[in-house]
Amino acid sequence: MFSKSTHDIAASFCRRGVLAATAGLVLGLASLTGAKAADGTIKVGVLHSLSGTMAISETTLKDTILFLIDEQNKKGGVLGKKLEAVVVDPASNWPLFAEKARELITKDKVSVVFGCWTSVSRKSVLPVFKELNNILFYPVQYEGEESERNVFYTGAAPNQQAIPAVDYLMKEEKVKRWVLAGTDYVYPRTTNKILEAYLKSKGVAQEDIMINYTPFGHSDWQTIVADIKKFGSAGKKTAVVSTINGDANVPFYKELGNQGIKAKDIPVVAFSVGEEELAGIDTKPLVGHLAAWNYFESIKTKDGSNEKFIKDWQAYTKNPKRVTNDPMEAHVIGFNMWVKAVEKVKSTDPDKVIDALPGIEAPNLTGGVSKMLPNHHITKPVFIGEIKANGQFDVVWKTPGLVAGDAWSKELEGSKDLIGDWVGKKCGNFNTKTNKCLGSGS
Amino acid sequence: MPAHLSARLCSLALSLLLIAFALPAFAGPFEDAVAKFANDDFSDTEEAIGVVAGSGNKLAFPIISALQDGRLMADPDSKKVYVTGTDGKSIDAATGETVASVPDSASAVRLNNRLRRSVDAALGSLTLQSPDVGTRLQAAQSVFKSHEETALEAVDAALAKETNRSVKAALGEARAAILLFKSDATEVEKLEAVATLKARGDQEALALLTGMGDQPASVTKAATSAIGSIQNSLAVWSMVQNAWYGLSLGSVLLLAAIGLAITFGVMGVINMAHGEMVMLGAYTTFVVQEVIRSRYPGLFDYSLLIAVPLAFLVAGAIGVLIERSIIRFLYGRPLETLLATWGLSLVLQQAVRTMFGPTNREVGNPSWMSGAFELGQITITYNRLWILLFTLAVFAILLAMLRYTALGLEMRAVTQNRRMAASMGIATSRVDALTFGLGSGIAGIAGVALSQIDNVSPNLGQSYIIDSFMVVVFGGVGNLWGTLVGAFTLGIANKFLEPVAGAVLGKIAILVLIILFIQKRPRGLFALKGRAVEA
Repeated sequence: MFSKSTHDIAASFCRRGVLAATAGLVLGLASLTGAKAADGTIKVGVLHSLSGTMAISETTLKDTILFLIDEQNKKGGVLGKKLEAVVVDPASNWPLFAEKARELITKDKVSVVFGCWTSVSRKSVLPVFKELNNILFYPVQYEGEESERNVFYTGAAPNQQAIPAVDYLMKEEKVKRWVLAGTDYVYPRTTNKILEAYLKSKGVAQEDIMINYTPFGHSDWQTIVADIKKFGSAGKKTAVVSTINGDANVPFYKELGNQGIKAKDIPVVAFSVGEEELAGIDTKPLVGHLAAWNYFESIKTKDGSNEKFIKDWQAYTKNPKRVTNDPMEAHVIGFNMWVKAVEKVKSTDPDKVIDALPGIEAPNLTGGVSKMLPNHHITKPVFIGEIKANGQFDVVWKTPGLVAGDAWSKELEGSKDLIGDWVGKKCGNFNTKTNKCLGSGS
Repeated sequence: MPAHLSARLCSLALSLLLIAFALPAFAGPFEDAVAKFANDDFSDTEEAIGVVAGSGNKLAFPIISALQDGRLMADPDSKKVYVTGTDGKSIDAATGETVASVPDSASAVRLNNRLRRSVDAALGSLTLQSPDVGTRLQAAQSVFKSHEETALEAVDAALAKETNRSVKAALGEARAAILLFKSDATEVEKLEAVATLKARGDQEALALLTGMGDQPASVTKAATSAIGSIQNSLAVWSMVQNAWYGLSLGSVLLLAAIGLAITFGVMGVINMAHGEMVMLGAYTTFVVQEVIRSRYPGLFDYSLLIAVPLAFLVAGAIGVLIERSIIRFLYGRPLETLLATWGLSLVLQQAVRTMFGPTNREVGNPSWMSGAFELGQITITYNRLWILLFTLAVFAILLAMLRYTALGLEMRAVTQNRRMAASMGIATSRVDALTFGLGSGIAGIAGVALSQIDNVSPNLGQSYIIDSFMVVVFGGVGNLWGTLVGAFTLGIANKFLEPVAGAVLGKIAILVLIILFIQKRPRGLFALKGRAVEA
């Protein structure tokens, strides 16, 4: 979904040019592929950027999969075979994602791939996974409007994050006026389109919605924060719904703090600010600002599963301060679902596993059990957390049960009749009005 | 400053606590309300705040202020609630009796934003008559914000006793805000309230006036004219504000570009690794702060002052190293320099990523860099103000150095006519190394300042490299004054475009304008004239 950093001209110049490709190959200290296909191992591809602008977020996910594989192997592996990770570095370079995905599937013959962060990297590898018929587990919250046979979406769809967050603000904070602020690319634009339609359906007038986009890595927030302040002084309770990308958040929150906008005056609810992002900010001025996620590190579970996961993770990374976050949990769920599906059909053949996955259940880290749905999304609880002074979140609200992920938003005109159903209809975009599958054309 | 306030509140809380000890415990609704804090339910907590604040009990203030600071502990098992003092002593919140220790099962009563507002409002009316002027002012302001009808009596009582002029004014405004929303206030009172708010004239007054709902016709009319006049004055202020934001953005651009004005502008090296020098400066700040945090926490407010020379030395030394090992072989070959420095920038990024990890590092703001003050109707944040002053100081020092020192003279001589300078006995290669080191060192200093407003991550430099080149080229290569004027022009233009066109389009518009400008004046705003141009 969101690309984390400064894609200025420099970055795109770099991305397109030969320079970057070579840089990626030379510098991406990646290919840890112990390439000899030792008999009796099952290979698992890890496709996360370890260099370049996205390394900031994706490195952790690579470590997560390595950790999960390590744990699984301690339990005896899968189908009596050890799992073997094949790590590649697509270097935050979208075309390179496709190349590396092809390399993983054809050369390393992996059975499944865990990877991608930005929507554009996912879109870039899609044709490869379709053509070579393999499986991708995608762990990040994203804008929805997609359901592919070869992809399993373990992050949140908009109805599992954005909509509940807005509901919370409406109900608990009595918010009447809305600032939708985002970085200018596909995830914020689609999410804001969905939110705008949703807010209007709840009777919010056009003049009570302010939409603002900023470039990647925007660092001068003075004008926008002043605008928000102005917009918020119209006598109605105002809140900011932020789809601002990771890196731009630090200067944004600093400016909010410095200009004296407190959470109790104008709360900001963010969809891309988690424990990892807060680790780089002095959080004291941010206390009370909100984030909506399906997982928080601070959640206490009755069976102690989250506490155990954090302990094991910190032991594995040998870093007692290492935080956990939502996309990590998505990988945990996805990985366990894949293991269960493989054990169910006693094969790693992608076709069999794809058919077996819907209906598979795996415990999430917050004490519930998530289920893979026919649209290849999963059920998840939604939590609203308030930022605490120590950089963690205090859960102030959660959905009563698990929310099923919608591949197609019910709020948008073009998608409200569509469903993804890979069990009955064998179709990712089935129109329930016309009873037709739109196919890959749309 | 919140820190001051809470310190004041604490001392006040303690003095009130002493009084509280002398009094017998109350029984009844107050105790029931206090017990509700232990339910860990936001609605129960809100109810309890209301009852406790309105109880008139001497314990009300210590309880509510402890709640605000997270010092109110509740034991869910025994339903007992405790106030822990800042000195480590604790009392039972319901009775006021000292307890030896708070049980381990007790945890701080949780708040959400709605409750924080209730706490503020409650504390506001409780501290309106505090002996401390700052606390009273804060209290009046929070009553103004919450404008609860129940606070009117307390405001009137405080107003009658108040002698301090600014607190009195704040109380008057708070009273006006309450009356405006009070359904049974008379028309005269409401008209007075509108006039008071009109005199206040800021966005919060505007918010109250626009949100006041149904009112008698005369009041609505007065309010409409007040809204109009406030909006007019705010519109003027917003121009001032844009200009200030422009200066501030310009100072950041200038700071990032000064180093490049030397390496690229004066020496003519297309230095793509310039941004990484900025990043190294920022990481130096991080390391300095880490050391200070772990060894000498008292020095934290000086961390930036300590980091500035260190960042200069670190980035400067690496600059000299780069010049000696790579760039000196590439003089006169701009394309190869471009590629080599670009590659170098990636190497430096990845090196930092390997050493410090890919995630952001936290660089704290010293207290004098946090917060803001109001100047008329605009908010000026301290960090931006300091950065502006710092940038101008760096610029002045650099200019003086080039003008008045022997090294500066040699630098200018070498860059203007290398062979002549060499034949006058100047060691040109030494000067080259020092000049490059100076440019890099200044980039490092910029990193110290930028660490205060941006992410400290391996990608920090990338976001500034394009802007820096833009400033130097626009201002005129080889001319420091051009860089200064260029940076501020771009900053101000950007900030006046942004409210109209939005941040994304504004940035594009600026780029287009620069391209057009360069077509017209290829050598930038301040072109060098004379023989130096040909050299």
